[in-house]
Amino acid sequence: MSATPSEWTYREAVREAIRAALRGDPRVFLMGEDVGRYGGCFAVSRGLLEEFGPERIRDTPLCESGFVGAGIGAALGGMRPIVEIMTVNFSLLALDQILNNAATLLHMSGGQFHVPLVVRMATGGGKQLAAQHSHSLEGWYAHIPGLKVLTPATVADAYGMLETALADPDPVLIFENQTLYNRVGPRECAPQPIFGAKIQRQGTDLSILTYGASLWKALAAAEVLAEERISVEVVDLRVLRPLDEEALTAAAAKTHRILIVDEGWRSGGISAEISARLMDRAFFDLDSPVARLCAAEVPLPYAKQLEEAALPGVDTIVAAVKGMVHHHG
Amino acid sequence: MGEFRMPSLGADMEAAILRTWRVNPGQKVHCGDILAEVETDKGLIEIEVFEDGTVDRILAAPGNKLPVGTVLATIAAGEPGPAGPLPAGPLPAGPTPAVSPAPGEGRFRVSPLARKRAAEAGVDLSRVTGTGPGGTIQVADVERAAAQGAGTVPSAKEEALSMALRHRRAIAAAMARSNREIPHYYLQTRIDMSRAFAWLKEINAQRPMEERLLSAVLLTKAVALALKQVPELNGFWLEERLVQKQAVHVGFAIALREGALIAPALHDVDSKSLDQLRAALSDLIARARAGRLRSSELSDATVTVTNLGDLGVETLFGVIYPPQVALVGFGKIREQPWSENGMLGVRPVLVATLAADHRATDGLRGAQFLGALERYLNAPETL
Repeated sequence: MSATPSEWTYREAVREAIRAALRGDPRVFLMGEDVGRYGGCFAVSRGLLEEFGPERIRDTPLCESGFVGAGIGAALGGMRPIVEIMTVNFSLLALDQILNNAATLLHMSGGQFHVPLVVRMATGGGKQLAAQHSHSLEGWYAHIPGLKVLTPATVADAYGMLETALADPDPVLIFENQTLYNRVGPRECAPQPIFGAKIQRQGTDLSILTYGASLWKALAAAEVLAEERISVEVVDLRVLRPLDEEALTAAAAKTHRILIVDEGWRSGGISAEISARLMDRAFFDLDSPVARLCAAEVPLPYAKQLEEAALPGVDTIVAAVKGMVHHHG
Repeated sequence: MGEFRMPSLGADMEAAILRTWRVNPGQKVHCGDILAEVETDKGLIEIEVFEDGTVDRILAAPGNKLPVGTVLATIAAGEPGPAGPLPAGPLPAGPTPAVSPAPGEGRFRVSPLARKRAAEAGVDLSRVTGTGPGGTIQVADVERAAAQGAGTVPSAKEEALSMALRHRRAIAAAMARSNREIPHYYLQTRIDMSRAFAWLKEINAQRPMEERLLSAVLLTKAVALALKQVPELNGFWLEERLVQKQAVHVGFAIALREGALIAPALHDVDSKSLDQLRAALSDLIARARAGRLRSSELSDATVTVTNLGDLGVETLFGVIYPPQVALVGFGKIREQPWSENGMLGVRPVLVATLAADHRATDGLRGAQFLGALERYLNAPETL
C-alpha cells in the first residue's frame, strides 16, 4: 500500500507517535527485542536508534520477564518507558511482572507507587506466523484490575493513543494487530482518548461490537449487507479495559441486536464479558440473543486457508448477521 | 382427580395473568408447593397447591389473563402414572379463544424487548405469530400485531396501565368497599412500653445485631395472643355472618415503592416463637418488596396490623381490609408523662387503636381486646 502526502500507514503513525514522545519528554525511552539495530521486528522503530542513540532506543536480551521488570523499575524511578514485546504470545513470559508488579503495586503500596509504564505488543493472526505468534490474548489482560487495555484499530488511534497512554500515571497495554501495520489512513497527529468506544458506521438493524483488525472486516461486511438493505452499525470498542458500558447499552437500545466479533477465543473471552454486561444492563432492549463470532477454538493454524477459516472473516460476519435479521419483517 | 384453579387472591381480584409454570406434567407435588407464578394487580405472586398428588395435565399457557376459578392444571392422586395425552387443540387462553404457539411447551419464545413492547402496547402475546428464529416473537411481530389491532384484547387498555396504577386501583376498590359496607367503630388506648423496652434491651444485649428483636415483633405477637383471648375479632364477615378463624394470620401492612401498599399474611403468629416471627417477618418484607409473595400470603390474613410510628404518627385510625373484621393500628412510641400508683414519671407510651366491624362485634369485645393487648405488652416475657 502506498500513502499520499496526506496519508500514512499505521506503522508510520506508531513510529511518529514514539518519535514525538521521545522528542517531547526526556523521560521517555523505548526498550525491547530488536527495537534498535534491527528497527523492530515489525519495522516500527526503524530509524529511531540513529536519531535518539542507544541510551533511549535500547535493544534487550530475549528475556521478556527481565526487560518488562526493568521497565517497571524505570517507571517507578520516574521514567516514562515504552516497552515493546514482540507478540502477545511472548508477553506470557512477562505476565508475572505485568500482573504481580505493574498492575498491583499501586494497590500494594496503599496508593504510593504509580507505575507509568506503557507496554506495546503485536497481537492477532492472519500473517501465517503460526500458533506461537498469532493469538489474540488481549481479552486475558482485560481481566486484570489495575491495567488499561487499548486496541487501536485506526491509524488515528495508532498515533493518538500513545501520547495519552504515556500521560496516564498507571500501566497501559497497547495491542497492535499485526495485520494493521500496512493499513493506510489520514495523517492526523492529535492525541486520542484512552476510554470510550466509537461508532464507526451508523446503522439501525444490528450492531457489531468489535475492535482491532476485526473492525475493518466488520465495516466491509456492513458494506456488503447494505446492498441487501440490512443496516448494520459498527462500533469500535477501542479499549477493552475499562469497557465502555454506556456504548454497549446504547447500541442495544438503538438496534436491539448485538453481534460481537472478536479474534480471540470464545470460551471465557472478552466477548463473553461484553455479552454478560449486556445481559446485566440491556436485557429488556434485546430482540434476539447476543451473538458472538470468535476465533475457532484451536491453536491458530499455519496453513493459509486453515488460518483464514479459523478467524472471523467478512463472509462469516455477513452470514452471522443474516442469520440474526433475515426473519425480520 | 383434583383441579388446580386460579385462586382468588383478595376480594378485589377477578383475574390474573399466568406467567410461569414451576412444574411439569408427571411431577409429584405436595400441599404447599408452588406450582406457578401469576401476575396480579399486586405484583408477581407464587401460587400454591393444597393437595398431594401428581401433576396430570397443564391446561393453561403462560401469558394469558385467566379469570379466578379457571382450571389451570389437573392433579392426580398418588404416584405418577404414564403422562396423559395432551388435550386436543389449543390450550384455553382466557375469556377468548386463542392460538397457542407451542402447545404443551409451556413457554413462549419471546424476546425481552418484544415482551416489554407487548406489555406497553397491550398486545396479547398468545395471539402474535412469531417470525424470528424458531418462531420466536420479536419486536417487529409485536409492532405488526399492534398496528393491525389483531393481537389486542378488550382489556388492552387496562393491561397497559402501569403496575403502580393497577395496584392503586385495587387498593381503591377494596377501601371503597370497606367504607361503603363496613360500619367501623374505633377504640384507642395508651400503653406504657417501659417494661417491654427494658425486656427487649436485656434480651438484645446478648445477641448479635442480626438476631436482635425489634418492637414490631413484640407488638405483632401481642396482637395475636390478644386475639386468642378475643377470637371474635379474628376472622371474616362472610354472607352476613362472622366466620371466626382458629389460627391467627396477621396481615402486616408494608409500604412498597411508588406509593403502593400490601398487607401479606404472617402465618400462625400465635404459635410462633419471637425468633421464628422475627425471621418470618424479615423474609416477608423482603419478598413483598421484591414482588415474590405467595398466594396463601395474599388471601389468608385474618386481621391486619399497620404501624405508622416510624413516620411520627401518634394515632392511626385504620380502614378494615374486607372481609376481615378488625385492624390494629400502632403509632409512634413517645416519652410522655405517666402517672401510676400516685407517682408521676416519664414513660415510653404507645397509642394503640382498634378499628373493628360493628356488624361482627361490639365495643365490649374491642375493649377486651385492647385490654388483653396491654396486659401482654406489660408482661413481655409471656410473649
